[in-house]
Amino acid sequence: MKTSSLRKTLGLSAAALAMGCGAALADADDNLVVNGEIEMVTQTEAPEHVEYLSTIRSGWTYRSDETQQFQMDDFDNPAMIFVDEARASWNTAEGSEGKSCASCHGTPEESMKGLRAVMPKWNEEAGEVWTLEKYVNDCRENRMGADAWGWTSTPMRNMTALISVPSRGMPVNVAIDGPARETWERGKELYYTRTGQLELSCANCHEDNHDNFIRADHLSQGQINGFPTYRLKNARLNSIHGRFKGCVRDTRAETFSPGSDDFVALQLYVASRGNGLSVEAPAVRN
Amino acid sequence: MEFTRRGALAVGAGAVAASVLPSFAFASVDDAVAAFTGGAELGEGGLTLTTPEIAENGNTVPVSVDAPGAEAVMLLAAGNPSPDVCTFNFGPMAGAQSASTRIRLAGTQDVVAIAKMSDGSFVRASNEVKVTIGGCGG
Amino acid sequence: MAKGVRPRVKVPGSASAGDVITIKTLISHPMESGQRKDSDGNVIPRSIINRFVCDFNGENVIDVTMEPAISTNPYFEFQAMVPEGGEFKFTWYDDDGSVYEEAKSISVG
Repeated sequence: MKTSSLRKTLGLSAAALAMGCGAALADADDNLVVNGEIEMVTQTEAPEHVEYLSTIRSGWTYRSDETQQFQMDDFDNPAMIFVDEARASWNTAEGSEGKSCASCHGTPEESMKGLRAVMPKWNEEAGEVWTLEKYVNDCRENRMGADAWGWTSTPMRNMTALISVPSRGMPVNVAIDGPARETWERGKELYYTRTGQLELSCANCHEDNHDNFIRADHLSQGQINGFPTYRLKNARLNSIHGRFKGCVRDTRAETFSPGSDDFVALQLYVASRGNGLSVEAPAVRN
Repeated sequence: MEFTRRGALAVGAGAVAASVLPSFAFASVDDAVAAFTGGAELGEGGLTLTTPEIAENGNTVPVSVDAPGAEAVMLLAAGNPSPDVCTFNFGPMAGAQSASTRIRLAGTQDVVAIAKMSDGSFVRASNEVKVTIGGCGG
Repeated sequence: MAKGVRPRVKVPGSASAGDVITIKTLISHPMESGQRKDSDGNVIPRSIINRFVCDFNGENVIDVTMEPAISTNPYFEFQAMVPEGGEFKFTWYDDDGSVYEEAKSISVG
């Protein structure tokens, strides 16, 4: 009962808004080519483990022409300001060992290509699923002898964006079998669990109602292939867990913490729903 | 009187507020235009103002002006707490009298451009931009 | 000086004499509008870049006066004439008196 009445409400407001403002909505068939050379897959067949969608679409396809254009050239993409900041930090020695990222890894282009596409992934040594943030902090604490960065801190958001850049255009290919399976199942359970006073699960908005409007917001599938992503709203990069927290808070729930096992599990599941889309990070969204 | 941001936005946003604080925002648009034109009459044509019909966020709205032969183009946001946005002054090495930038809009409102042409005349163009107030804070 | 201000410009490296080229500029800057309040309710003072100038070989291309309604990380795109080889000079003026400069050469061949 609850689900159907919710759908009706969302559907109505969508219709009202569509009548109100007509054009300017993005076309799912627009092509995203960055810098005239990186061709992105923004729409493709859903992976088998995504049972209730036939097509998966990048969040880019839901945005207005103007927002889309911000991402089509690196000079126009304000996220690159923060990538440049991270590049400076990549080359700066920190901590008791006197090492920088570059001391071991050379340039991000040499050493990080493809990494973002398979994140998060099972770390055999740690016996758990690790995200980019965990790898960065492991390096900082154990190899550099530096302090860990906060999960959603500015340097961490910027660094994860820099590490993502060399993987742009590569298909997201997150492993969900083997030892990661249990974490993935936990993430899936969270995805379909309603939270908060509004009793909304991730699926209510991003699976049942993607392409509809929730008030004036054009709902996407909530894909994370563009994260960390620059939002026009706050004019900075936003982390995956930061976005999860915002969504859960919008259901009027106590949220999980960024970096928590729950959010790592949710990240693995949500990332796997985008298997086949291109890594776009750092993308631009509203 | 105390003039808060919220109050200022409300003035931009609607007629209800305007009846409380009569035509504050509109008067200052007129002032800004008068300061730029010296009170000269405003014509039309020869100035193209390009804005999105709907801005997904008011923080970063791309706008362009194109006024072949103009000396300067002033941009105003009629519904902002302060309507001034910027003035482009074109020098002798300008390849065209056109420019693009990204601006802040406090809500749905008219964006106004005034061009000062080389013969000393002024032309005006304006577009309404609808600014989406979304529910998903994130 | 506002923290982390970094200008960047995009100018083609070469052109033909008499070409009109497109220039893009972006500078990282918070453009604090003076309209916001901090968590204690105090107005955060205005701190913006208030002017941007581009010259080519000492002659003006564009001179922009800027107000707080220009977005964070100010972006400009405009056209310039290139009658000969030379240098574009870009200057941003901050409310706090700081001046940020960048230069780019272009060859004509």
